[in-house]
Amino acid sequence: MRGKMKYIFQFVWIFGVSLAGEVLNALLPMPVPASVYGLVIMFILLLTGIVKLEQVENAADFLMAVMPLFFIDSTVGVMNYYGLIKGKIPILFLAAFLSFAAVVVVVGVTAQGIIRGKRKRGK
Amino acid sequence: MEWNVLLGESLFFGMALSLVAYRIGFAIQAKWKKVFLNPLLLSVAFIIGFLAVTGISYETYHYGAKYLSYFLTPVTVSLAVPLYRQFQVLKKNVAAIVISITIGCFVHAAVIIGVLSVFQVDRQLILSLLPKSITSAIALGVTEEIGGIQGIVVLGVMIAGVSGAVVGPLLLKLMKVTEPVAQGLALGSASHAVGTSKAIELGEIQAAMSSLAIVVTGILTVIILPWIVTFVG
Repeated sequence: MRGKMKYIFQFVWIFGVSLAGEVLNALLPMPVPASVYGLVIMFILLLTGIVKLEQVENAADFLMAVMPLFFIDSTVGVMNYYGLIKGKIPILFLAAFLSFAAVVVVVGVTAQGIIRGKRKRGK
Repeated sequence: MEWNVLLGESLFFGMALSLVAYRIGFAIQAKWKKVFLNPLLLSVAFIIGFLAVTGISYETYHYGAKYLSYFLTPVTVSLAVPLYRQFQVLKKNVAAIVISITIGCFVHAAVIIGVLSVFQVDRQLILSLLPKSITSAIALGVTEEIGGIQGIVVLGVMIAGVSGAVVGPLLLKLMKVTEPVAQGLALGSASHAVGTSKAIELGEIQAAMSSLAIVVTGILTVIILPWIVTFVG
């Protein structure tokens, strides 16, 4: 029994932190989603050792494994906006692809430059 | 028969349809293993097709399916776990990670705003694509905060993912990016979890950096984007 109960305790942490994120989102004026406040809170709890990895990791790994399920409803909602995107789909594709390519190149080249610069100075 | 009346108050129609569609999408992906046969994309196409054929409205579907979306916040909170697991790697490379991804966030926004402004696309559509290089869990929340359309950002996120898997490593080769840390950061920050699945094929360091980059890019985007949005006319 105790073995199965541990999953409930793990979800208590994750949902409790989600609630804390919602409270911060409601109280603070910044446009930060509740979920991201929660992510930062959970990271701090793990870093400070208030929450141990074993106290949340099974539930967290489960949620992350089935994550795409949670996006389905919002994505199907795009059907209500078909009128808005009709005729612009190729342009949206182009913008999405070009911005993707720019990020790969810029992040890759910048990070490589910093790493190599550091290595040179280190020697 | 009027399906919208019959199912209009059904809690489990939308949820059952979502799970069945995802299961089918997953099976197709497992059989052909092509990256564009993304289970999420397949399940969404299947559901939209099903609703169109039966004449069932999105609202009827959404009545039950919305409960799946309630897990978005808990799953985003869960992303702290991989971030924590990679904390040593994060500490060791903090300058390279934060500087390169911050620049990446600005360049990403500049390209989207530039391309879409040239074609005079509505402001709301521009806002809906701006968070697209981050993981959907965070992108959905950000899109809501800045006033974009959630369905569109998820499609953008999928394009970023598929692009990363198909041409990501090729782009890195063309630009002579050979440092494992840099390769992982580039793939993770441009195409989130799908990019990470490619990074895993490149090596262990690439995989760690890529999964780290997903969360760091998400957080930096949350910080930077509201400021960038003020420049979208």
